[in-house]
Amino acid sequence: MTIIQKLAALVGQQNVFSTPEARYAYSYDATFRRCQPDVVVRPANTEEVSGILRLAWETQTPVVPRGAGTGLSGGSVPVRGGIALDLTRMNRILEINTADLLAVVEPGVVTDDFARAVAEKGFFFPPDPSSSKSSTIGGNLAENAGGSRAFKYGVIRDYTLGLEVVLADGRVIRTGGRTIKNVSGYDLTRLFVGSEGTLGVITQAILRFIPPPEATRTLLTFFPRLDDAARTVSAIIARGITPAALEFMDDQSIRVVEEYLHLGLPLDVEALLLIEVDGPAAVLAQQIAEIAALCREMGSREVQVASTAREAENLWKARKAISPAVARIKPTKISEDATVPRSRIPEMVRRLKEIAAKYDLKIVIFGHAGDGNLHPNIMCDERDADEMRRVEQAVAEIFQAALELGGTLSGEHGIGFLKAPFMPREHGENGLWAMRSIKQALDPRGILNPGKIFPLAQ
Amino acid sequence: MDPLPEELYLRCVHCGMCVRNCPTFQETGLEMDSPRGRVQLLRGLNRGELAAGPGLFRTIWSCLDCRACEAVCPSGVRIGFLVEEARGQFFEGGYRRSKGAFLLNLAMRFLFPYPGRLELAGRLLRFYQRSGLRTAARRLGILRLFPPAVREIERILPEVPAKTARAILTGANQNGREENGTGVKAGNGRTAGLFLGCVMDVLFAEINLATARLLERHGFQVTAPAGQRCCGALHLHNGSREQAKKLARRNIDAFLAAGVDYVVTNAGGCGAALREYPELLAGDPVYADRAREFSRKVIDIAQLLEQTGFLPPRGSFPRQVAYQASCHLKNVMGVADAPKRLLRQVPGLTLLEMPDEARCCGSAGIYNLTHPEMAEALLRRKMADLPPGTEVIATGNPGCLLQLMHGAEKYGPPVQVKHVVEILEEAYAAGERKKVTLT
Repeated sequence: MTIIQKLAALVGQQNVFSTPEARYAYSYDATFRRCQPDVVVRPANTEEVSGILRLAWETQTPVVPRGAGTGLSGGSVPVRGGIALDLTRMNRILEINTADLLAVVEPGVVTDDFARAVAEKGFFFPPDPSSSKSSTIGGNLAENAGGSRAFKYGVIRDYTLGLEVVLADGRVIRTGGRTIKNVSGYDLTRLFVGSEGTLGVITQAILRFIPPPEATRTLLTFFPRLDDAARTVSAIIARGITPAALEFMDDQSIRVVEEYLHLGLPLDVEALLLIEVDGPAAVLAQQIAEIAALCREMGSREVQVASTAREAENLWKARKAISPAVARIKPTKISEDATVPRSRIPEMVRRLKEIAAKYDLKIVIFGHAGDGNLHPNIMCDERDADEMRRVEQAVAEIFQAALELGGTLSGEHGIGFLKAPFMPREHGENGLWAMRSIKQALDPRGILNPGKIFPLAQ
Repeated sequence: MDPLPEELYLRCVHCGMCVRNCPTFQETGLEMDSPRGRVQLLRGLNRGELAAGPGLFRTIWSCLDCRACEAVCPSGVRIGFLVEEARGQFFEGGYRRSKGAFLLNLAMRFLFPYPGRLELAGRLLRFYQRSGLRTAARRLGILRLFPPAVREIERILPEVPAKTARAILTGANQNGREENGTGVKAGNGRTAGLFLGCVMDVLFAEINLATARLLERHGFQVTAPAGQRCCGALHLHNGSREQAKKLARRNIDAFLAAGVDYVVTNAGGCGAALREYPELLAGDPVYADRAREFSRKVIDIAQLLEQTGFLPPRGSFPRQVAYQASCHLKNVMGVADAPKRLLRQVPGLTLLEMPDEARCCGSAGIYNLTHPEMAEALLRRKMADLPPGTEVIATGNPGCLLQLMHGAEKYGPPVQVKHVVEILEEAYAAGERKKVTLT
């Protein structure tokens, strides 16, 4: 029996795909590199996943777990072929427990569906990567996805109490549990979250949720000078106000959005800040007034405060239009997520602009000012080989700049294989050795998502 | 096969925002059945990385062409257009939709483009339905001799009305403006050229007549240019682009010659096709400009009434109504809430919230005939979604009407299915009856 026949015996013929079309369709995520798997398998439960991994273990076949394929670092791209393990059939919400404020879910549950199910019970699941309408909890866990609320509410790691994981050889373990406090042994939950499918396959998660904020207020403001915008962000936080969102757009992003939507955004400013606070309604009015006053004090040009949900939606328009606006300029979009300490944002933005000028590239910069997570988007054309070479050099310099400013290669997209070559720069040989040792211990045959996180050729 | 223009698919950055909006992806969960998958597979074909073969055809033909993906694509990828273009190339290359579609292809070539033949077919059908032949044929099992697609059509067709709206409306200039006592009419004498459609006019002539009456009530001068033909949407879905272009030119000629202010449609599928004539005829030296001029005039009846000032009926329609959006009406013509806003103004009518009203019911042109399994799965879900207490489903396209009627019969609950204009017209008529009895 071939491996494909054995897989069919495990999960049923109808859940195994190896046609040229299927292999092509499972060769990409939201990055621009593609590699085809040899076969796509869609298991329905933990036992099937375990059986598949046992088979892969015995035959030394690479296994690349995947959710919706919306990743931005190549995490689910099967760079060494093998089995694309599509976990989206495992999409049940097994439990929502409002006494213990936790839920048990399978990895294929779409993040937004889960958040909605929690909201229906009157609670709040904050992690909101911008792909949340498509992306899955499993994918979010594997990449430790963030979102715009991370500064106040943290990332999905902070909502994960426990996991069920199938190890490389097919054994099944459970990590963490159903309690917030849990110091029993190594924190394997946090090890698997963000491990990008290189250490095991997550087949179940115990997630916590919280009571929702009573109300939300939104404010939009423009700064002629970038530094003033940055000082304002620091000042707001220093006052003890923790905004739920602190979105930043640079002059280029403002310009592309204005050219696309004609919202009447000012084109002679260096920064736009979109600030949202949430909490008890009684407190918010004062908080938003305080923020507005601070903005004006720090040199903001104009402050718009929404008084209704519809007005708030209008204020979000510019921020939400970046992606479509950018798509109209050039066909290929490289979205990075280099992240720096909050105070270094102005310097990082300046460096990014220098890099854009140096390599003659169009880069728009936006992101989450509260947590220093910037999204420089490089607009290019994958058909233009010369431009793509310049992009590659620019990306390397972007990473270098982030590290020099005390930041990291990736705030929320993960390393995948696109950023793997830069790992030694951030972690050094010893840091990487420690990570490799863990990988070696859990997956000595190297079948789990090979080619990810660690640079090649070692 | 000629390569597709690269710009069509390069704009797709495969972010995956569309996949969950796709009804076929919702059913199978397979990337090949998602909009992103379809665009990417076409990219593969174009770049020579994939060969034209059964797998690829399956992917492209399984698309409902409902455009739900286009409505959410952040990059503005014209996925439906890309799929239709590809189908056109497959069609030219001899790769047809399915074996069962043979009869449909014949119908599309020799029946739909010709109003005279359509009318004749309608009359024959009516004869078949009313003379006892249908009862006999069904009892004798003769229908088993026909392919499943034909049996399906036979089963779901409603009673054919005696006369088409074309026979009633064309030629004569309609000028029977009724006074409904509200002073200035919204239409203010502007001319509305009614687009009759082919399926709509043979099977649902009453809806065309109701549309004309609605327009007149609102002060429009209604004409139905006689030179008009089928819109070509079914041909486009099926890849028969040259045939569609011929029809497009005929329609453009007919309506531009009539000098109407509006080309009014009451079928989302037709309206969408008419709207997109400029894309279809982009390469046509003579018709590219005319197509743009024509396309600007195309407007859905509900949107037109709302924009020019809807005069709510006096009579009531005391029923609980759920509105199911026609995909093309919503996603291509951009008419999402106007029909609902009109319905809410009908006295006595309770509009129920239809969950996920934008999800395709599975009709999708003739998709329910070419892909019965997928279409039935979507229809079952749709009928299960109906809010409790629904008495009438309102929609805005003949394909949807047929599919939902079929759904009501097969999966229940026993609801009526009506076009929005029928409901409006019934309410007006009820108001008039009341007036008569009072005086």
